[in-house]
Amino acid sequence: MSVLLHQLAFEQRIFWRSREAAVFIFVFPLLLYTLLASIYSDEVDGVPSADVLLAGLFGYGAANTAFAGLAIILVVRREAGVLKRLRSTPLPPPTYIAAVLLSTLVVFAIQAIGLLGLGALAFGASSPANRLGFAGAVVLGVACFAGLGVGAASLIRSAEGVSAVVNVIVLPMAFLSGSFGPNQNLPSVLEALANVLPLTYFLDIVNGVYLDGDSLFADPKALGIVAAWGVAGLAIALRRFSWMPRER
Amino acid sequence: MYLADMSSAIVVRDLRKSYDGVEALRGISFEVGEGEVFGLLGPNGAGKTTTVEILEGYRRRDAGEVSVLGQDPGEAPRALRERIGVVLQHSETPHLLTVREAHRLFAGYYAKPRDVDEVIDLVGLAEKRNARVKTLSGGQKRRLDLGIALVGDPDLVFLDEPTTGFDPAARRSAWEMIRSLRSLGKTILLTTHYIDEAQQLADRVAVIRAGRIVRLGTPAELIGDTRTTEIRFRQDGKPVSIETDDPTRVLHDLTTEALVANRELERLEVRRPTLEDVYLELVGSEDEREE
Repeated sequence: MSVLLHQLAFEQRIFWRSREAAVFIFVFPLLLYTLLASIYSDEVDGVPSADVLLAGLFGYGAANTAFAGLAIILVVRREAGVLKRLRSTPLPPPTYIAAVLLSTLVVFAIQAIGLLGLGALAFGASSPANRLGFAGAVVLGVACFAGLGVGAASLIRSAEGVSAVVNVIVLPMAFLSGSFGPNQNLPSVLEALANVLPLTYFLDIVNGVYLDGDSLFADPKALGIVAAWGVAGLAIALRRFSWMPRER
Repeated sequence: MYLADMSSAIVVRDLRKSYDGVEALRGISFEVGEGEVFGLLGPNGAGKTTTVEILEGYRRRDAGEVSVLGQDPGEAPRALRERIGVVLQHSETPHLLTVREAHRLFAGYYAKPRDVDEVIDLVGLAEKRNARVKTLSGGQKRRLDLGIALVGDPDLVFLDEPTTGFDPAARRSAWEMIRSLRSLGKTILLTTHYIDEAQQLADRVAVIRAGRIVRLGTPAELIGDTRTTEIRFRQDGKPVSIETDDPTRVLHDLTTEALVANRELERLEVRRPTLEDVYLELVGSEDEREE
């Protein structure tokens, strides 16, 4: 436990020292929310769009932080030999990955507070209807996308390509699943695609607890699909994850 | 000096490893005594790094027995990782941390770390203690790698080509540092493709070629293995070279003949082979590539 906190403290120190990245990561969701809330200023299915977009951005944020963030950090560090060296120390690998994930979660939590504040102050958005359920949903989503992130890191070979690859996955997924606004009128091919993506079902859960005040367990099918994606990512990681640089 | 009754830090017996059907290690055996500096010397691709990575627990062996500090590195036991320090050929340290913070980060992984400032002094980075890693020169980064490897107070240190790419002055100071490790009683396994480095630092050297150890002994023994002495001089402006196992007699005959003819043996030289000659004879001049 103390080693986990030790690593987490250093991960945070490293993150905040990189000022450009820190500022960008903060400003980006706020900017995105401001833009989207200005475009969709009405209601969606009888719910204020400021609320729908806020819930959508939380879904996107969880995928972006846990999936893209974790995959990028792990691949870049693996190719730089950082993971290889760590593997020769007594630091247990699960502790390390947990610390990296927790560090990105700390950042996500601060982002979330910023988003909630901006939504309430500037766009009159309401806070989550089922707060405990919302917190539980975020934890579930982060766990699922973290599993997928470690799985993706196991498959992506180069540090130069990792950013592009994960963004090509995360951004279209966010649009298709409705993170950035309504997705009712998709062409049938895209709709079929949207219907298998984990973010679609994760957003169903988030919308349920956030907007309608549903129980976290109101939609067992969605929970099952989200969990299955996370387990699939983890299964790939267990088979393919390497501490050694791929390219030399 | 290193006799069988000394306890061994490393024991390797008939170690074998193939990559995609290509044999990288074809049965390697050696022992490293406690407190010994042992050099694995060979051209690129000979199997040095593969051997070391199996000992460090990074790679699994196909066959053979391996014991590192009495444990099997293939099981990657945490207790073993508490006691080894590893300097890799390439590994970055977070650029935004200071030298002292980087040492503290790694010290936090060990049950009984050394004092961080002591380690920084030991590797000669005292003046850079509070400098960010990204501001360090190449040689200083290598010292940082060594400091990080020492911060857990290991009994055994692996150094994989510790001075590759160094200028001569940086190499000398790295050698000094490695000698100071020996005086701390650390066991050191060093890989290098520099002959002079092996000769300067190692108590014993294993020359490795194409996955086999072709010679093993102290640097003096390796040279002593070769009986041949070379006698060189110039005659009528042309270089003459004679290799012989019987230098006393040959030299006597040559000088007698020259004195009788009242001739000078210009630029007369009697030369024992250096470790470099022995090495080149053993490994040939071509580099075999691994991977």
